[in-house]
Amino acid sequence: MLPPPSHAWLWWIPLLPLIGSALCGALHLATLSARKRDPQAKGLAGLAPLIACAAMAGALALAVKGFLDLRALDAAARVLNSPAWEWITVGDPRQPWFDVDLRLVLDPLSSTLGLVITGVGLLIHIYASGYMKGDAGYAKFFAYLNLFVFAMLMLVLSSSLLGVFVGWEGVGLCSYLLIGFWYEKGWPAEAAQKAFITNRVGDACFLIGSFLLLRLFGTLDMHEIVARMGSDFRLDAIDENVKLNIALAALFLFGGCCGKSAQMPLFTWLPDAMAGPTPVSALIHAATMVTSGIYLVVRLNPLFASSPAVMTLISGVGVATALIGGSTALVQRDIKKVLAYSTVSQLGYMFLGLGTGAFGAAVFHLVTHAFFKALLFLGAGSVIHGMHEEQDMHKMGGLRKHMPQTFATFLAGAAALSGLPLMSGFFSKDEILAHTFNSGGVYYAFWIVGVLTAAMTAYYTWRMVALTFFGPERFDHHHVHPHESPAVMTVPLMVLAVLSVLGGVLGLPPVFHAAHALNDWLAPVVAPGVAILNQLHPHEHLSHATEWVLLGLGAAVALAFAHTGFRTYAAGPEPDLAIGRGAPGVAAFLGDAWSIDSAYSRVVILPLRVFAFVVRFIVDQVVIDGLVNGAGSLAKNLALRARGMASGQLDAYALWMGGGAAVISLWWMWS
Amino acid sequence: MNVPSEHLFFLSAGLFSLGVLGFLVRRNVIVTLMCVELMLNAANLAFLAASRMHSTPEALDVQGPVFSIFVITVAAAEAAVGLALVIALYRLKQSVESDSASEMKG
Repeated sequence: MLPPPSHAWLWWIPLLPLIGSALCGALHLATLSARKRDPQAKGLAGLAPLIACAAMAGALALAVKGFLDLRALDAAARVLNSPAWEWITVGDPRQPWFDVDLRLVLDPLSSTLGLVITGVGLLIHIYASGYMKGDAGYAKFFAYLNLFVFAMLMLVLSSSLLGVFVGWEGVGLCSYLLIGFWYEKGWPAEAAQKAFITNRVGDACFLIGSFLLLRLFGTLDMHEIVARMGSDFRLDAIDENVKLNIALAALFLFGGCCGKSAQMPLFTWLPDAMAGPTPVSALIHAATMVTSGIYLVVRLNPLFASSPAVMTLISGVGVATALIGGSTALVQRDIKKVLAYSTVSQLGYMFLGLGTGAFGAAVFHLVTHAFFKALLFLGAGSVIHGMHEEQDMHKMGGLRKHMPQTFATFLAGAAALSGLPLMSGFFSKDEILAHTFNSGGVYYAFWIVGVLTAAMTAYYTWRMVALTFFGPERFDHHHVHPHESPAVMTVPLMVLAVLSVLGGVLGLPPVFHAAHALNDWLAPVVAPGVAILNQLHPHEHLSHATEWVLLGLGAAVALAFAHTGFRTYAAGPEPDLAIGRGAPGVAAFLGDAWSIDSAYSRVVILPLRVFAFVVRFIVDQVVIDGLVNGAGSLAKNLALRARGMASGQLDAYALWMGGGAAVISLWWMWS
Repeated sequence: MNVPSEHLFFLSAGLFSLGVLGFLVRRNVIVTLMCVELMLNAANLAFLAASRMHSTPEALDVQGPVFSIFVITVAAAEAAVGLALVIALYRLKQSVESDSASEMKG
């Protein structure tokens, strides 16, 4: 049974950012009305970052308190429940056949994600207060950002799938609002719509998956579903039909994850989402929102673990996405596009890990990725800021002298992303690859692709570093004067740099004979799924010798390709142009993300446009308008003919009347 | 003198046709009203003729005479209203021609 609900304070974790959002929104409206009187008025918009950061700091403090409270408990009893809010009750209130209680639950998994969201979120809020300074929508930006954090916290803290769905849609909405934040420019608005519409496909899958679970289990409470997967829904206690339904539910939920977490085939919205302000890219499209798919799979781990086919599919989709994202990042010129495709690729790694049953490793990579990718995005934002909104790396170069702090922290992020030895990304990526290697069978192929992608990751990361910070200065010295960003932006970079470098201590591999802190911490959450996996196909732990070999191989690949990437581009972007000349087909194919976007244009968008054209010009303008206008003109024409009858002459009326009476009389007589 | 009932019907039809004809061809509203009276009285005559036809010495039919009294009553009321309308028309148009009031024609 669930422990008594006694932790009402849990509600304050999401409520604080919600209150902050409302206050910032009010400030924005006040600024707007002040600007109506005086176009130069700043109003009180300057207060917005203070409010937003205070809300985030409060939420972070509560998340830390929750973490400490959890740690004080026994490993098996690490669950804190908030009082439930009876949201929907259908049927007899004493024995409803469908009821949803909105309840917040803090357990090791939601606590980990809550700390990442509020911690990294706070840093990004602080950074954004510098980055967005002077923007017309300063207060609005923080209102959206805080609203996003509220939705994200609801997503990870809610115990009911319906609560998760509210958060799921909420983060999608905020993502839409923030991608299109500079909608006046045109293309951000289009990118926002693309993100929203692509996500709807995934959201529909999510809903279908939830309906299937509701039919199977009669509840949407995820903790109850997980508990029943270990009792009356054990694999040996259910028949094939139920197994199929569970697999279908898992499949559809994974479809939802594909949308939100930018996996094949729904990843194309994420690179375009870079149209939003850079702090948004860091918070939403790298550190938090896009990881909600990983969260969902880990949360419902026994569900996924009991359908091996779905697990293999998850790994396959993950590794394919990793490869496509990584190879596309090789040739991008826009610094944010490199990071965007890199994010797609790293999310693919996380799904690769999930599919092998390495739930802890996936969360580990999620956490380290949140650190170093947020760092890299914020660093890129600092570069873009210093370069007067220039994002093309071919027009940068030599920035290390001008922006030393950004450069140093960016190096730390790059080292972590490329998996240089002992950096955080090194441990988390190698843990996933080791699990993949250990799963055998088709996973060997996945492992090879994974290692190949790791090589690409190292290559494009150091290509980006070389093009941005080294080589000759390729910008126009008359117009661009690169400068270091203010402290409010560089301090969060430094904090994130420390986390990126040291984040690996959360999960040291077994060969180091140290505790894997994160895996131990998450063990109670992932135990049901791991138990099912061991029952389905038990396998040995990797021997230490194999593990050393894999670690050494990972380190060697990362170092070798980081070195190659850096060497190749240290002198400038000439190799890019050489690729463009030597193999234009390959360059275009990779630059266009394997032409998946244009395939969508042909297969989905073009038929839709043709259909819309037919509906607009034939169905609407000819058929429907014809019916409506035809009815009108029919009445008009009839009236034009009939008006002659009303001649205004009494005898004519009398004749009509008499004639009519005569006709009716005759008709009566004859019949 | 024993007039056959059929003759009365012919007389009634003749009077009615005269009324209709007058109604259709004359423009003077007073004459038109008179023609209406003529048609009503033709109908009265037809009622009485039918009543006479259906009566036997033992049982007199009273429905026809009663109906014609009703018609006479209505005709009196109609004449009153009709002549009032004629006066109103004359005040408005300084004319009793029916064509003078044709503003509502289509």
